[in-house]
Amino acid sequence: MPANRLRGLVLIPLFIALAGCKAVLLDPSGDVARQQSDVMTASVAIMALIIVPVLVAIAVIAWRYRASNRDARYEPEWDHSSQLELAVWAVPLLIIIALGAITWIGTHQLDPYQPLNRVVDGKSIDTNVRPLEIEVVSLDWKWLFFYPQYGIATVNDVAAPVDVPIHFKLTSSRMMNSFFVPALVGQIYTMAGMQTELNAVINKPGVYRGFSANYSGIGFTDMRFRFQGLTRKGFQDWISRARAGGKTLSLAAYRKLASPSRNVPAAYFAAYAPDLYQRILNTCTQPGQVCKDKMMAQDARRNQWGPSARHSSPRPAAQQPLTSVHEVPAH
Amino acid sequence: MDHRSEIWNFLLGNLSLKVLPLHNTLEDRILQVTFAVVAISGLAIFGWVTVKRRWGYLWREWFTTVDHKKLGIMYMILATVMLLRGFTDAIMMRIQQATAFGANMGYLPPTHYDQIFTAHGAIMIFFVAMAYIVGLMNYVMPTQIGARDVAFPFLNNLSFWLTVSGVMLFMTSLFVGSFSRAGWLGYPPVSEYQLGSGVDYYIWGLQLSGLGTLLTGINFVVTILKMRAPGMSLMKMPMFTWTSLCTSGLIVVTFPILTAALFLLSLDRYVGTHFFTNDLGGNVMMYINLIWIWGHPEVYILILPLFGVFSEIVATFSGKRLFGYSSMVYATVSIMILSYLVWLHHFFTMGSGPDVNSFFALTTMMISIPTGVKIFNWLFTMYRGRVRFDVPMLWTMGFLFTFTIGGMTGVMLSVAPADFLLHNSLFLVAHFHNVIIGGVVFGVFAGINYWFPKAFGFQLDPFWGKASFWFWQIGFWVAFGPLYVLGLMGVTRRLSHFEDPSLQIWFVIAAFGAFLILLGILSFLMQLYVSIRHRERYAVGHDPWGGRTLEWSTSSPPPPYNFAFTPVVRERDAWTDMKEHGYVRPRDGFQPIHMPKNSATGVWIGLLGFAFGFGMTWYIWWLAVASFVGIVAVAIGHTFNYHREETIPAEDVKQFEHTGNWKPAGEGASA
Ligand code: HEM
Ligand SMILES: [Cu+2]
Repeated sequence: MPANRLRGLVLIPLFIALAGCKAVLLDPSGDVARQQSDVMTASVAIMALIIVPVLVAIAVIAWRYRASNRDARYEPEWDHSSQLELAVWAVPLLIIIALGAITWIGTHQLDPYQPLNRVVDGKSIDTNVRPLEIEVVSLDWKWLFFYPQYGIATVNDVAAPVDVPIHFKLTSSRMMNSFFVPALVGQIYTMAGMQTELNAVINKPGVYRGFSANYSGIGFTDMRFRFQGLTRKGFQDWISRARAGGKTLSLAAYRKLASPSRNVPAAYFAAYAPDLYQRILNTCTQPGQVCKDKMMAQDARRNQWGPSARHSSPRPAAQQPLTSVHEVPAH
Repeated sequence: MDHRSEIWNFLLGNLSLKVLPLHNTLEDRILQVTFAVVAISGLAIFGWVTVKRRWGYLWREWFTTVDHKKLGIMYMILATVMLLRGFTDAIMMRIQQATAFGANMGYLPPTHYDQIFTAHGAIMIFFVAMAYIVGLMNYVMPTQIGARDVAFPFLNNLSFWLTVSGVMLFMTSLFVGSFSRAGWLGYPPVSEYQLGSGVDYYIWGLQLSGLGTLLTGINFVVTILKMRAPGMSLMKMPMFTWTSLCTSGLIVVTFPILTAALFLLSLDRYVGTHFFTNDLGGNVMMYINLIWIWGHPEVYILILPLFGVFSEIVATFSGKRLFGYSSMVYATVSIMILSYLVWLHHFFTMGSGPDVNSFFALTTMMISIPTGVKIFNWLFTMYRGRVRFDVPMLWTMGFLFTFTIGGMTGVMLSVAPADFLLHNSLFLVAHFHNVIIGGVVFGVFAGINYWFPKAFGFQLDPFWGKASFWFWQIGFWVAFGPLYVLGLMGVTRRLSHFEDPSLQIWFVIAAFGAFLILLGILSFLMQLYVSIRHRERYAVGHDPWGGRTLEWSTSSPPPPYNFAFTPVVRERDAWTDMKEHGYVRPRDGFQPIHMPKNSATGVWIGLLGFAFGFGMTWYIWWLAVASFVGIVAVAIGHTFNYHREETIPAEDVKQFEHTGNWKPAGEGASA
């Protein structure tokens, strides 16, 4: 494909610079990140059409019209040309139209809230496979993951079977963070009292870096976790191992876990208090706190204003589609 | 200490010996050494001024001055001093990130490192970049439009001292208490939950200097709209004046947003409201929206005046009229307007919908159209010109090359799907340094080298100027090239420690680049030193570069009143036009000139402002209340001062017009 070859040509210097190190953003292992990365390289290719000639022109014009070059034409009064000025506006405009088009399409196709429609290029979703649900909470300063379909919870370790769509729901206990596994999918903020969503899929088995990308205080640097892409079998084993410890994350245990700490090792819980994620989302994990969804529901009844449609406020529990147990990945 | 009596609590608020860096930790040791260096150099300067009996001179001629030229110079000095502070922070971060791998935690704990990136960012933006552009506009803009001063000369002085009070609060935080760790924009919840003085220093420092900036904006808008020389219609204004107008307009409309956002933040911190906490209906994203509704226009506030600087320099050093003047004006104005419509690109990843994200992505990309137009127009100005590569033009070439690439990476970030990967990464850090250093800093140095002979009558040494340029230019790419690479490797910003040893080499290269930049800064200081030391050797005429605009028509340095007779403008490049038509400088018939008189009010309000900020920061309520009342009283008192003008007698004007620096154009210019 000529477009691809052009893109390759443009990126040669970049690739030379990146040879020897692993530029995960240029070669991610998850299909969504892959597509985001492709949009990025495509945008560079489109812009190179104008940037490269401009860079060359800067050098050429500066050299040609240097004061010592008396052969070059000198027209001190020449300051206007309608054709040139038209071109000067039109060329960037055309580039931006092209760029705007791929951005518009890319932004809609890769909306993190949209369920995936493919596992990888050329392979669509197996309709028998329900997405793996993972609820994510950023704590100070570690990550808590709930697997509602399996009833387990983990800290700083999260795993998913290869080629199975993953649906993350994310919130935060206190600070604002950004959930980011560069090899898997672009990041999304986690904010206390609010829920964001992310759809992704991992295509290659492996162990990947995950971390918070948004500064959240002194423990931020250590706020790393491990993301594993596993085979079906490997994933089942991972779940079993998590269960094997037999620990339960009760509300009280959660409160202890949530208090600030740094560099926390991975931990596994075989079970957790059933409404824990909802309580965190609605900021009512401390004794005596009123859950926000209750407040919101009352407000919604009193006036016509429902909670805003997207993430900005948690939906009242009654409207929240229950993540039911039968949404288990088929074997 | 914990059980001190009520009276001490009342007098000192939260202050105590504990907040001073007197502990036996590495962190405090560093601060003690810093303090010693600052104190010794401070005492040395103080002693020197005292011995030389220069306090009276400084007070009369500089501190209380309302002359836009002197204020401009003071802003430039302030910015240069703060550049040293901000750069020291940068070097400290570079050393930390180059060493803190694996078991080695580096020499800075996060509690300290996080203060440093916050201070670095805030200082570089508010007290380096902003002070530089306000300084340049102050010096150049009134002389370009043929005015004798700005519209509100006293206000100008007040603005300067308000900025200084902000600087003083920031600097005090080094040694008394700590600084904010919430990043240069003070995002909640970090800025709400961080206890202690840090965030409060940040808030009040920015409130005071922000007020100063707002007043400057108002001042300049009125100056440009009301005080242009007869004949200078809007479409005959020099480009730098145009960009100053747009920047000042942006300041007037956006700085109140910063003030409001910080005010709400301070309410949350001081009186327990919940604007930005998620309790009781607050929302962090509200702050983040507000701060970027100010913050994005802010980056255009910074860059626009430098676009003006480059326009002047390209035309002058190509010996040619600026190509596509009207295009340039429309481009500037459309950048100004569009810059309001893009703020959300700083948080595409908050979970807004694809329509919202697309909208802001597209508006952002649209800004690159007028920006591209400008680049083309500069190129076409050089085209068919006679380009002289003096130091100002070198910086301009460096800008064209560097900024074009920085602009491209910026558009990459505006492609929303790509930004999900690049957001908060070192790629982003590389991008904004690419445009800020390649655009703002290079532009400031271009402007300093260009207008220095105007301000002082002698030129800056070209050798050290070129050394400074090459160290900055190469140093920039060595320091920030690796950050692009690291960004693509998925490394994010604000990290004080790393696990993966394969990253280290890139950080070491980046640190080396920072040391090259250090050489660039030292070369600049050397350039100043050498040129001032041997100023007779560098003396030039009043129009050394073959200037095209009015500031070059008066003597170098200009007299206090700038122009004995208000120039009459017929053409766009007014001074070129005057030269071509055989303009002869009048030798007689001078009139007495009314000029505004000096005022000490600005100094007092600045000092009281500092006391107010300090009192608020440390909860010393009596001090806050007293200094606030003091500010109001001094301001009211100032309104009763009816002797605000003095007259320069015609004799003195004549005297100056005959003895000023009127050497023929070009004499002694670049060899
Ligand atoms: C002169 C050489 C400079 C160097 C070596 C340098 C280096 C750095 C470094 C290491 C960081 C932290 C990156 C991170 O978070 O991981 C940083 C952040 C930053 N720098 Fe610079 N910088 C320089 C100049 C400037 C200038 C001139 C400006 C603006 C006028 C500037 C504005 C900022 C800002 C706004 C931040 C973000 C601070 C934050 O994260 O809150 N820098 N810089
Ligand atoms: Cu922006």
